[in-house]
Amino acid sequence: MTELLLSPLRRLGHTTINAIWRLGFITRFLLAILRYSGQSLLRFNLTIREIYFAGVMSVIIVVVSGLFVGMVLGLQGYNTLSRFGSADALGALVALSLLRELGPVLAALLFSSRAGSAMTAEIGLMKATEQLDAMSVMAVNPIARVVAPRFWAGVISMPILAAMFNVMGIFGGYLIGVVMIGLDSGTFWSQMQNNVDLHYDVVNGLIKSLCFGIAVTLIAVFEGYDATPTAAGVSAATTRTVVTSALVILAVDFVLTAFMF
Amino acid sequence: MSSDHFIEFRNVSFAYGERPILNNISLAIPRGKLVAIMGGSGSGKTTMLRLISGQIRPSAGQVLVDGRNVADMNHAELFEHRRRMGMLFQFGALFTDLSVEDNVAFPIREHTRLPDSMIHDLVIMKLAAVGLRGTQNLMPAELSGGMARRVALARAIALDPQLMLYDEPFTGLDPISLGVIAHLIKKLNDALGTTSIMVTHDVHKSLDIVDYVYFVSNGAVVAAGTPAEIRASPSPWVHQFMWGEADGPVHFAYPASTSLQQDLGLKGGQHD
Ligand SMILES: Nc1ncnc2c1ncn2[C@@H]1O[C@H](COP(=O)(O)OP(=O)(O)OP(=O)(O)O)[C@@H](O)[C@H]1O
Ligand SMILES: [Mg+2]
Repeated sequence: MTELLLSPLRRLGHTTINAIWRLGFITRFLLAILRYSGQSLLRFNLTIREIYFAGVMSVIIVVVSGLFVGMVLGLQGYNTLSRFGSADALGALVALSLLRELGPVLAALLFSSRAGSAMTAEIGLMKATEQLDAMSVMAVNPIARVVAPRFWAGVISMPILAAMFNVMGIFGGYLIGVVMIGLDSGTFWSQMQNNVDLHYDVVNGLIKSLCFGIAVTLIAVFEGYDATPTAAGVSAATTRTVVTSALVILAVDFVLTAFMF
Repeated sequence: MSSDHFIEFRNVSFAYGERPILNNISLAIPRGKLVAIMGGSGSGKTTMLRLISGQIRPSAGQVLVDGRNVADMNHAELFEHRRRMGMLFQFGALFTDLSVEDNVAFPIREHTRLPDSMIHDLVIMKLAAVGLRGTQNLMPAELSGGMARRVALARAIALDPQLMLYDEPFTGLDPISLGVIAHLIKKLNDALGTTSIMVTHDVHKSLDIVDYVYFVSNGAVVAAGTPAEIRASPSPWVHQFMWGEADGPVHFAYPASTSLQQDLGLKGGQHD
């Protein structure tokens, strides 16, 4: 009877301790990455290669999604704004929603499922096939050679991808608002110009996507490095990367928004 | 004494969790010699190589390399030790995202500042030594199992190490490449004075090339000697191993806690 009452409690305690332990572990992992980053920054072609695989390969999906999100914003925004007789403000609405929230958040979600999962799977497989062992037996630190370049590639790519998402989104809003619905193009752009503040909106959005880049890539490389070295272990780690990244992106977004705006 | 023994196991024990793998094992590998470690599958041979490379630490006893306890080395010393060592992994462990040339060049690029053209020439020479010149632009996925292991061998010897650890260098090789690789291992050992440890199942081929043999079973040395001594040995272990007999002191089956009948759910088990 007491066993029945205690066991969920015990499980809760176990889960909590486990989560805190992992948090400590991931922090130490981040410190190790930073400590061994010298090589990946000095031999920058290692990082460039990863920027190609993680960043450049994500451009298509980010650009296409950005365009669609911008067009949806244009349609929905026009519907709502015209009800209050302020359809002129469509340009400002599209730009602000994208710069402050949708660009950084959606680009990060896309990045984690396109590139983050691939990073986890790749590092996990390298571990499962003893490639990481082989590397460290050759006196090459896998954190310096494999993990750090991928980490920096993600951190560098993320703000650029978010910026591309924003540009395409604004273009999508323009297509709907000006080209399709027929709002005045001059009003569309000047409203945007008047209401978007470089520091407040653009820079804050960039800071957000930088934070997301750090979080998403750290999760991806950590899950790969920590994966159980079997096929099942790697696939579980890949799933964890996508799920954890999504939760962390949304939670961090809330905290940052509360502080910034 | 330790100066003429390049590798020494002193009363080494090791366990994975609760399962003991090595029990108080002691052996010595003289400098510049080619020594084979033989034993059944799962007898802890790969584990011994991992102890030498410092990937794992013994739970008791010492593993000495050139007189230094591997478990006492700090990070920098361990990497210094590994830089002078080459290891052929049992399953090759080639980097799947790098071409054959980049795989073999990997340790050279990481540890030297040689110009690219010289690295290229070195790689071609190493590939020629394992009979794979012309494969440098292939990716590991395009190689057969035996070819992949030969590329891994070329990578392991890329920096002409002082100490070579070979984990099953002969598995998956046809008789001709087997002969070539055995000859190459011998030549490396003679020409460069490399101390070499070879884990293998191939008794007859290795007796032709090695200087000394250790037989391990159940985590302890059960027989040892020069090839001539081994061939003349009256030890039942040696006899069983050399002639591949199922019955003898070495048990072919993993020590299971349930009987075969029980596992199959047949009569005689507990569950019928
Ligand atoms: N990472 C591990 N975790 C738990 N047990 C392990 C691990 N690696 C090996 N073992 C166990 O240790 C024992 C010895 O393994 P080892 O790889 O040293 O054997 P081996 O002599 O190299 O065998 P083989 O000739 O088949 O390669 C095996 O019984 C194996 O079950
Ligand atoms: Mg083995």
